[in-house]
Amino acid sequence: MDFLNALILLSNFVIVPSITYGSQLALGAIGVTLIYGVLRFANFAYGDLMAFGTMCVILFTWLLKSWGVNLGIFPTALLALPFGIALTIILSLFFDKTVFEYYRNKKSSPVTFIVVSLGIMFVLNAVVRIVIGPNDIVFMDGSRFIISAVDFKEATGLLEGLTIKSTQVITIITTSLTCFLLFNFLNKTKTGKSMRAYSNNEDLALLSGIDPNKIILITWIIVSILATIAGTLYGLDKSFKPFTYFNNLLPIFAATIVGGIGNPLGAFYGGFVIAFSEIALTYAYKKFIFYLLPFSSDSTNLIQYISTDYKFAISFAILVVVLIFKPQGIFKGKVI
Amino acid sequence: MFFKAHNLSGGYGEVKVIENCNFNVNRGEIVSILGPNGAGKSSAMKAMLGMLKLESGTVVLDEKDISKLNTQDRIKLGISFVPQVNNIFTELTVNENLEMGAFTSSDAIKDKIEEMYDLFPAIKEKKYQFAGELSGGQRQQVAIARALMNNPSILMLDEPTAGVSPVVMQEIFEHIIRIKEKNIAILMVEQNANQALKISDRGYILVTGQNVYQGTGQELLNDPEIRKTFLGG
Repeated sequence: MDFLNALILLSNFVIVPSITYGSQLALGAIGVTLIYGVLRFANFAYGDLMAFGTMCVILFTWLLKSWGVNLGIFPTALLALPFGIALTIILSLFFDKTVFEYYRNKKSSPVTFIVVSLGIMFVLNAVVRIVIGPNDIVFMDGSRFIISAVDFKEATGLLEGLTIKSTQVITIITTSLTCFLLFNFLNKTKTGKSMRAYSNNEDLALLSGIDPNKIILITWIIVSILATIAGTLYGLDKSFKPFTYFNNLLPIFAATIVGGIGNPLGAFYGGFVIAFSEIALTYAYKKFIFYLLPFSSDSTNLIQYISTDYKFAISFAILVVVLIFKPQGIFKGKVI
Repeated sequence: MFFKAHNLSGGYGEVKVIENCNFNVNRGEIVSILGPNGAGKSSAMKAMLGMLKLESGTVVLDEKDISKLNTQDRIKLGISFVPQVNNIFTELTVNENLEMGAFTSSDAIKDKIEEMYDLFPAIKEKKYQFAGELSGGQRQQVAIARALMNNPSILMLDEPTAGVSPVVMQEIFEHIIRIKEKNIAILMVEQNANQALKISDRGYILVTGQNVYQGTGQELLNDPEIRKTFLGG
């Protein structure tokens, strides 16, 4: 019994949240890695691109709700998602045409591109704050729980109630579906293969007649889709606050580099590595240990490795360690 | 002549690398460009591909002046190029490498891929492996097969035997002879002058960016002065 209680506790506070958060990071990291692979720079505006996409989804959610449209037990945001994606694609292509293309034609160095993306980051940052404001916005509707603690306790008689939020299930299903489609696209279609070819060896891709402009266009479209989905899932699961999205850039970059930058599959796994490390190291294990130990302890120690305030330090530490000891990442990406 | 490069001069900025070079190739012919290091062999090839800025000269493919076209447009007209290094997609499988070679062609590429595996049986059994995992000789075969995928009328090879063992070099040359039998014009830059001339119909010897000798493979091999200067006695 106590063992089950401990397991449920761990599931509620570590396992399920890590998989959810990991999925959100994975989607984000794949986007960053694709930009790096094809356009060859680390896009610092990515967190704010996610914020912009989510903002569009929220605006459409409000519009749909004002018309009385909703999805019943599912969040209305899922219905608004395609519209948000469309606007984000337009925005990305606009910035590519007006800003990045100029530097591409000038054959600027990757460092220049990074600084340029920082500029776009600030612009997007401001746009989002002007349009929707800097405050916390909860746009989740529909049913909140798939399994709620109270129901579970009543049904099983256990001390701990297993909780699974509907946003967690939605996140995991949406991520699986998106990744399935993406990896099929990259590995099975001619366009997807040419994207990988271009990322792998640009000169030879040109010699094979692959059109770089088309590859870049498709990359921005895919990246915008991923950013909007990742941002919306994160916002549904927690809440939407522009500053949080900017902050998430760090774990996303860490995930990208852990997985090997330029390698989409690596980025996918990298997301989970970062999420599990962050959550497992900041969880207070006191109650968990209490269930497992045969004797009771009245220690005041929470048995928490690191305070949750320092969760970004974990991403940062992993980032630094990987860059020093295995700069190509776990799944052999490019060395930066 | 099927392919003619006439009076090519050009270089990088102020520095002239090639001066008044002429190269001709017919279909079903192997032509080698030889010469000491830094003679401008690879630059001459790049000039014919539109990868080097020309000051003067014309490049004619099948009676059509292609001097003004960029590299990608020349490739669409049936010129294929195998660079000396980075000539495969290391992170793609062998099969995908071949598919990328036929990127611009719209016809069914399955038969074409099978044809390549008949030509290069060694890479057939590796078709689902990443090309980056293959040995040097196999990589070179993948590189040449990729270049052949879009049915080129002329194949340009930049030092196809650089950095491979003598055994593998022989193997690659045998493949090149078999490609020639498909009525493809072959132009290659080579370091291994002796061996290259043995399989070449004709050769050009380039010194400091200029054509100094030309002739059939046998003529060049038998010329005592060329033997002494370029072929090591």
